[in-house]
Amino acid sequence: MDTRFYHSVHLKKDLCNGCINCIKRCPTEAIRVRDGKAIIAGEFCIDCGECIRICSHHAKISRRDRPDILGRYKYTVALPAPSLYSQFNHLEDINIVLTALILLGFNDVYEVAAAAELVSEESRKYVADHPENWPFISTACPSVVRLIRVRFPNLIEHLLPINPPVEVAARLARREAVKKTGLPPDKIGVIFLSPCPSKVTYARSPLGNAHSDIDGVLAIQDIYPILLPLMKEAEKSPMDLARAGRIGVGWGGSGGEAAGMITSSYLAADGIENVIRVLEDLEDEKFSDLNFIELNACNGGCVGGVLTVENPYVAKAKLKQLNQYLPVSMTHKTPDIDNTDLYWTEPVEYLPVFRLGNSMMESLAMLNKVNRLCQKFPGLDCGSCGAPTCKALAEDIVRGNATQNDCIYVLKNHIHKLMDNANTLANNIFIGGDNAKEYIYILKQYITQLSSDISLLDASLNPSSGQEDGDGQEAD
Amino acid sequence: MDGSLMTLHYDVSPTDFTRAGEASSDVKNKLKQLGVSPQVIRKVAIAMYEGEINMVIHAQGGHITVDILPTMIRMELKDVGPGIEDVERAMQAGYSTAPDNIRSLGFGAGMGLPNMKKYSDTMQIDTVLGVGTTVTMTVDL
Repeated sequence: MDTRFYHSVHLKKDLCNGCINCIKRCPTEAIRVRDGKAIIAGEFCIDCGECIRICSHHAKISRRDRPDILGRYKYTVALPAPSLYSQFNHLEDINIVLTALILLGFNDVYEVAAAAELVSEESRKYVADHPENWPFISTACPSVVRLIRVRFPNLIEHLLPINPPVEVAARLARREAVKKTGLPPDKIGVIFLSPCPSKVTYARSPLGNAHSDIDGVLAIQDIYPILLPLMKEAEKSPMDLARAGRIGVGWGGSGGEAAGMITSSYLAADGIENVIRVLEDLEDEKFSDLNFIELNACNGGCVGGVLTVENPYVAKAKLKQLNQYLPVSMTHKTPDIDNTDLYWTEPVEYLPVFRLGNSMMESLAMLNKVNRLCQKFPGLDCGSCGAPTCKALAEDIVRGNATQNDCIYVLKNHIHKLMDNANTLANNIFIGGDNAKEYIYILKQYITQLSSDISLLDASLNPSSGQEDGDGQEAD
Repeated sequence: MDGSLMTLHYDVSPTDFTRAGEASSDVKNKLKQLGVSPQVIRKVAIAMYEGEINMVIHAQGGHITVDILPTMIRMELKDVGPGIEDVERAMQAGYSTAPDNIRSLGFGAGMGLPNMKKYSDTMQIDTVLGVGTTVTMTVDL
C-alpha cells in the first residue's frame, strides 16, 4: 500500500446508499459514486472528515483504535488534545479530566497542550529568524498540509517546518515514561485522544517525519461516555497532573495557535472552504505584511473535529471560560527539549495529482477533450453520474474512469435519437418490398440498442439493486 | 493565435470586485492540470490577477485571451477603457490613479503594472487615450 496516501477516512460499504451528499461536500472532489456505492480516491483525499459529517447514513467512518489497545502495553500514557477539555459542562479544573484518564486505566497523562507551548515558543523564534519565507503557514492541521501538498505547490516553502504539538508530546511522554519506569521504549504505549480523523492519519503516515511516536489513537467521541462517570469520581480528589497554560490549551480553538505567536500580523482561518480561499489568495500574493497564517480544516478549529461530541462554537466558549483561570504559559513545567524533537526531518514534496496526463502535450489534448465534453453536458452538476460536477465527469472520462453515458442527460438524448431513427425507418418500410427483411433486421437492432440504453438508465437510477454489500476495505 | 495549443477566453465584468480573479484562478487550475511547473504557474497567476484587477478598477472590464504555446504562456488583456496617459509614470512603483473608493477597498497601491512586469518575461503595453489599452504579457515555460 502506498503509505503516502494512507487514509483514516473510509467507507462502510453496506451502509452507503449511493446518494450524492458526500461527493458534493468533498473539498478536493475525491469521492465518486460508482455502482451505487461511494468510492474515495486515495490520492485526492486529505482526511478532513467532511464526508463523515455530511453522511446521514453514517457510511463514512474514521479508523481509530479501541480502548482495549491499553492492554497491549506494560505502561500507557494518554495524550489528551486540548479540544478534549472543551467537551464537558462546567469544567473548572483540567486535573479532573486528567485524573479520570488515570482512573480509565492509563498509567500517566501528558497534555498535548503542554507540548503546544513549546511549539509556540519555538515557532516564535523560527518565524522571527526567517522573514524571507513570510508568511509562515501553520502545519498543526495535517489536512491543511496534505491539501497544500497536492494543490498549492508554491506554498510548500511557506510551511512552518515544526512538528505538531501531538508529535512533540508523544516524544516527551515516552522519554519521561522510560525514565520513570525503566521499561524499554517499545513497552510503553503513547495513546493520543484525537478530535479528528486527520490526526489518526498523521499518526500512521506523518508528513515532515518518517515515523510518528504516537502508538495509538482513540477518538474523543469514543472515550467521552466512559470518562463522564469517571470524572464524577475524580472530582473528589483530583491529582495534580496539569502542566499547560492558556497558550497551550488555547490551541484547541481557531486563533489559539496564532495567539501563541504573540504577533498582531497574523491571520487565522477555519473551515476547509475558507482555508482553500485563503490559500488561493495567498498563492496570488494578495496578502502583504503578514508573518503567520493559522489554518484549521474544521469550523472553530480542533474543537470542531468530526470525532468530538460538542457543538464547535459551544466548545470554543467553554474552552475560553476554562482558560481564564490558567496562567499564560507553563513551559517551566516541561523539560528542556532539543531541535531534533521539534523540527521536521523530511521535506514535504509536491504531488501533482491533479495533472491529467503524463506530459504537457498529453495533458493538453486531455484538457481540450474535457472542454469539448463540458459543452455536451447540461451543466446542472446534478451528481447523478456519481461525479460532483459535469466538469469532474469530463475529467473522469478523459482519465478513462467513466463514460459519456454515465450522464443521464446524454443517455436520455441518445435514447430520443434512437427512437426517432427507428420511427423514421418504420415509416419507410414498404411492406412486401424486397428490402423488408433488411428493414426489419435494422429495426430490431434499434430496439436492442434502445433496451440496452434503457437498462443503463435503470442501472444509474436504481444503483443499489443486485449489488453485494460488505465493507470492501480491511478495518484496522 | 498561430501555433497556440489551447486558447482560453475570459470576459472581465466591470466594477465587480467579487468576481475579479475568477479568470486568473481558472487559468491557474488549468495549468496545474497540465502539469506546468509551479514556478511558471506562480508567475502567470500573479501577473494575470494584477492585470485583471486593473481592468476592473480602471477600464470597466474587458476581455482576456490566454494562449498556451509550446514554449510560453501568452496573455492578452484588452479593454476599451480610458487609456493610460503616461505609461512611464504608470510603471513606477507606488504611482496610482485609482480613486479613493477603490483605495478604501485595499486596492490602488500603485503596484499593478510594476508587478505585471516583474512576474512576466515580456510585457507590451499598447494604449490610446479614450480608446483603450491592450497589455500583452508572456511567461516562458
